[in-house]
Amino acid sequence: MKYLSAIQKRQLRGIQVMSLLLVLFSFVFYFNSTKVEDITFGFVIDQEWQLINEWVVASKSGSGLFLLLALIGVALAYLQFRNGKQIVTGGFIFGFGIILAFLCWTASGKFVPFTGILQGAIMFSVPLIFGSLSGLLCEKSGVINIAIEGQLLFAACVSAMIASISQNVFIGLVFAPIAGMLVSFLLAFFAIKYQVDQVILGFVLNVLVIGLTGYIYSKLLVPYGDVWNLGPTFDRTPIPLLSKLPIIGPILFNQTIIVYLMYLIVFVIQFAMFKTRWGLRTRAIGELPIAADSVGIDVNRLRYKNVLLAGLVAGIGGSYFTLGAVGSFTKEMTAGAGFIALACLIFGKWTPRGAVTAALFFGFTTSLQSNLSIIGVSIPSEFMLMVPYIATIIAVSGVVGRVRAPAADGIPYSRGNR
Amino acid sequence: MLRQLKKIKNVTQLPFLAFIFAFLIGGIIIALTDSEVMSNLNSPRKFLTSFLAKIGNSFLAIFQGSIYDVNLARGESFFKGFYPLSDTVVNATPLILAGLAVSLAFKSGLFNIGAQGQFIFGAIGASYIGFNFEFPSLIHIPLALTAGIICAGIYGGFVGFLKAKTGAHEVIVTIMLNYIAAFFLLWLLKTETFLRPGNINPIAPEVKESAQLPLFLGEDLRIHAGIFIALITAIFVWWLLNKSTLGFKFRAVGANANAAKTAGISTSFVTFSTMFICGALAGLGGAVHVLGTNHALGADIGGSYGFDAITVALLGRASVLGTVLAAFLFGALQTSGLNLLSVTGTPFEIVQVIQALIVLFIATPALIKFIFRVKSETAEKTITAKGWNG
Repeated sequence: MKYLSAIQKRQLRGIQVMSLLLVLFSFVFYFNSTKVEDITFGFVIDQEWQLINEWVVASKSGSGLFLLLALIGVALAYLQFRNGKQIVTGGFIFGFGIILAFLCWTASGKFVPFTGILQGAIMFSVPLIFGSLSGLLCEKSGVINIAIEGQLLFAACVSAMIASISQNVFIGLVFAPIAGMLVSFLLAFFAIKYQVDQVILGFVLNVLVIGLTGYIYSKLLVPYGDVWNLGPTFDRTPIPLLSKLPIIGPILFNQTIIVYLMYLIVFVIQFAMFKTRWGLRTRAIGELPIAADSVGIDVNRLRYKNVLLAGLVAGIGGSYFTLGAVGSFTKEMTAGAGFIALACLIFGKWTPRGAVTAALFFGFTTSLQSNLSIIGVSIPSEFMLMVPYIATIIAVSGVVGRVRAPAADGIPYSRGNR
Repeated sequence: MLRQLKKIKNVTQLPFLAFIFAFLIGGIIIALTDSEVMSNLNSPRKFLTSFLAKIGNSFLAIFQGSIYDVNLARGESFFKGFYPLSDTVVNATPLILAGLAVSLAFKSGLFNIGAQGQFIFGAIGASYIGFNFEFPSLIHIPLALTAGIICAGIYGGFVGFLKAKTGAHEVIVTIMLNYIAAFFLLWLLKTETFLRPGNINPIAPEVKESAQLPLFLGEDLRIHAGIFIALITAIFVWWLLNKSTLGFKFRAVGANANAAKTAGISTSFVTFSTMFICGALAGLGGAVHVLGTNHALGADIGGSYGFDAITVALLGRASVLGTVLAAFLFGALQTSGLNLLSVTGTPFEIVQVIQALIVLFIATPALIKFIFRVKSETAEKTITAKGWNG
């Protein structure tokens, strides 16, 4: 046996875990499965309930089909491993196959609105994508951002209040990034100027925002709710032509402005981070600030800028909770989304693409869960609710494994202190 | 002697000023958002007096709500006035234990966000033994506590196991496990074993009298023996960290994992055992909470203890004594929240704001020195948390 590096050993173990899970699930979902009823996958446009197509398959053969897909995923991962590449693609195909096999097994005899699930996946992942991109902007430049939850929550609160008193969603949307940047400013100010431990700082800012918004909520939004907390929401604006595409059209291109902004921001960040001067400098100050300083980059100035930019991004994400959905603010309405976003960032190995994929994965499992609860499957709903979290743990420990943050992440920079 | 006094002054001065500053800002927020105060805006003198009166009243309400309430003492005995203090201790007890769970993890370079989930599992284990069996107190209480410790220890140890074996980051795994624990509890409370007979609300049967922690100051006060368990555990953790070989390994890995590895310490073992002990500590917190205070397992048993525990550990700078003191402070603030609401009409979320500000300012000695124009030697920086790369 030739010498394997630590990463290769881990990859090999990942493949072993996947194979083991595949064998295990094959028994549950296929060989031991007694469910013979048909399952109907509907491709429905959610709004008009206009059936485009449906696919009826027997529960058992559907499971078998998707288990086969999972097997292909494992095989692909092994091939990737043999060629010395990352095994993530294979891992994702495997995961997708397993999840759908599980769906075939559990929803036997039921109707599954497949497009609805995907639409929900986008819906659940929007704040996570904004949040994890906010974390990315900070951490790539060397400032740990645990305050994502605080940024989202504060922006949600402020945008709802402003939209409510002005009765104008767009004014609300303008103030959301400002609110996010306010939290970001505190993060930057204490982290860069006073060099406070950034993990402590981020956590404390979360508590501060949770307390402050809770206070505002009880003091102002509840007693004077009809003035302060009755905001309008964005309507869906279908993009001409694109929204007419089959299946993906209504899923991707019949959304609110916030979601379109998200597409834009994802592409801009992915491009800018790796193709522009700003991106190169950002990555430099996150990995080795001394070197960046020696070629004349003002490290702390750029960190300030990037942290504020991160607040802007998270702020827009925060407005999705209020302006993009219900209009009014409730206490702690982000419900830990900021922490999930943080997990997505780590899960995605601090890359924009990875973070977005992780967020979509989480959104997909959450949406699957909520749809299955509506369909009514035999598994207790609490276990269904656990699925996204369990899936994330499996994905993190089975496929992603040990990750490496930017080298200078969390270490304050000052010239005298090398 | 003088030198020692100076040393004490050096250590306590900045935290004390940070404390004052945080309360000051909290007070300003309370006053500025009060409609009565703001209605006096046109006459500066009236505004100022009502402003200061509001702040004063709020602080009095916080004191009376957490330490000694004259109104309670007036009607009955002097002793009765300490009722809020007893509540403070009751609230501080689980915070001490869960806070230690976070602090200990910090010491070996891990960030344990999962105290919430571990707390819940501890409560589940203790409650099950508590209501399902009948023993003499002397056996029943230790047995129930042990069950809680083991359940939560395994739950925490699982994180360490995953981290050691696969490299899965403990922050992600603990966040996810918190949610899983909460949903698991919800499901459990619907099962036949745990659902209280003849009840549809998700609540477990009350633990048997023999498993309840004794109320050692009489039936009137809620204070129970849990505080002794918490304090003894704190001493044990101090001993473990500073006097035992295992604790030395923990600190070595926490200070520099690579150096520790070179010196022959197994980091995998340290990761696993740290998380196991952290889980056990948080679980003991849950067990004490259910056996001493709540007496029955409900869906909200975890409250926000696990989340607050992180703030407690951060305020205590991950030291054992610091964590214990911080837990008492937070316990007092939380206890006072209700009184604050009923006396001055201030929503109790302000307490959370003050808590956050205290931690923030204590972590920023330079800012406090600048504001209060003091010159003191900065206390040595104790590293409590580390970046993602450990």
